Amino acid sequence: MSTNAATLTNPSTQSRSSAAFSSAASGIGYFVAGLAILIGLWWLAIYIATKNPALSQFANFGPVPAFKAIPHMWDNGLIPKALQSSGYRLGMGLLIAIAIGVPIGIIMGRNKRFRDLTNSPFQLMRMISPLSWEPIAVIVFAGWDSAIIFLIAIASVWPIMFSTAAGLAKVDPAWFKVARNLGAKPWQLVTEIIIPAIMFDVVTGIRLAVGVAWIVLVPAEFLGVTSGFGYTIEDARESLEYEHLMAMLLVIGAVGYVLDSICMVLIKRYSWHR
Amino acid sequence: MSIRGVEINIHGLGYRYSTRGNPTFTNLQLQSRRGEALAIIGRSGCGKSTLLHIIAGLNRPTEGVIEFDGKKVDGPSSRWVMMFQAPHLYPWMKVSQNVGVGLKFAGWPEKEKAERVAEALRLVELQDYAEVSVQDLSGGQQQRVALARSLVMEPELLLLDEPFSALDAFTRSSLQRDVRSIAKKLGFNLIIVTHDIDEAILMADRAVIMAGAPGKIVTEFEVPLPDPRQRQDPAVQAMRSRLMDAFHSAAGKPTGADAHGEEDVDTDSESVTQHA
Repeated sequence: MSTNAATLTNPSTQSRSSAAFSSAASGIGYFVAGLAILIGLWWLAIYIATKNPALSQFANFGPVPAFKAIPHMWDNGLIPKALQSSGYRLGMGLLIAIAIGVPIGIIMGRNKRFRDLTNSPFQLMRMISPLSWEPIAVIVFAGWDSAIIFLIAIASVWPIMFSTAAGLAKVDPAWFKVARNLGAKPWQLVTEIIIPAIMFDVVTGIRLAVGVAWIVLVPAEFLGVTSGFGYTIEDARESLEYEHLMAMLLVIGAVGYVLDSICMVLIKRYSWHR
Repeated sequence: MSIRGVEINIHGLGYRYSTRGNPTFTNLQLQSRRGEALAIIGRSGCGKSTLLHIIAGLNRPTEGVIEFDGKKVDGPSSRWVMMFQAPHLYPWMKVSQNVGVGLKFAGWPEKEKAERVAEALRLVELQDYAEVSVQDLSGGQQQRVALARSLVMEPELLLLDEPFSALDAFTRSSLQRDVRSIAKKLGFNLIIVTHDIDEAILMADRAVIMAGAPGKIVTEFEVPLPDPRQRQDPAVQAMRSRLMDAFHSAAGKPTGADAHGEEDVDTDSESVTQHA
């Protein structure tokens, strides 16, 4: 027996780690520089605005008071409490969206008749602004927490469902034939073939869903609840604590950025496309 | 790895894709001895690939019975495994994971599975590639992984649906030789569906020719050539001419020198002959 296998050449470990270090350093450099420009523009805008004595009360909107307020708000429990409440609502809403969106997306991708049947109702419901469900949610659900979780779930389910269906449509049908040929049981087709094959698309859908859910979460918390990011911002505005308001905006942006980065890491982890 | 082949008996087999459509084939009879390598040759559309899928249990016949060692075949099984035209490997898995996927489906413990996978990879000479992504392999290497994935199941019958047609001449030639040699060494049956008459002669102990619509087996040939078989051997060349004549006669075409314009069967192996 002969093999005409070509040797797989890989760069040396040293040059590979050197390239990785250089790439990471460059990434951190751009990250810091981008943030510095944003904060600089923010500071400049407030500086110019507050030179007008009529607008001097807006000085606390600037970056320095906002950054100074963060440790204080952490110590008095405002930020941890908001993180906990909003995190719970976001997590539960996303979990429900994943639990509903992934299986329905799989059926849509596998069954053309189901896909054709559900296309019009799903597209119609997808186009309803998530916050317009709020009056109905408040009537249907006993507590505000449940209503907000419903709003997040209904906003997030569509990107997850459609991305899952699109991922399945790209799956090579021969993979199922090979698996059946090798004795796979129906549930093994799901766990060993379908899920790994579409994981990239599912996580991409979850990333989009996190973005939508994050947009829905804060305004949904403006009313009814006494915790969370939306409530804390609204409370800061009413009590004229503008440095608290801006500090919360910073926290919201940072948490959203971290969530998106986690999704990006997962997308990279599950991507097998070359 | 020690495998026992099967005695295959096919009685009155028929298949039609739809109830109103014409049958692909009807009342087909075919036998294969234990450990035999059988080639099925025919033009496109004669039903040879459909027949292979039915033997593999992937399609159900509309009439007739297939028996392996006297037992009726009624679905896919890891005892009879099919290799397709393309390797269809799972790109998110490494080579060893692809090879062991059938054992994973069967619930094998990790240790035994790893041993069996290593042995199959040695057989196809890819033992150094176990931890490599299949996307980093050449087409020939990927088809070897597909072969190892089939062999690891220790099948009694390996069905090949033109598995080397997409490969370059050198790789095709070495895989044809290797698959026959492994099958003979381990003792399992081979059924090869092919357009390529040279492939049938190099790999099979017996060749049957399918023709017509609905398809039927029109003739069969023993290929009693010693191993290893070389394309340039006079005996191989003589067998090729006999098979070509039989094929054209079955297909209603002129025989001998006039037959070389045939489109549906690959008879142009000169490029391989020069280098193999």
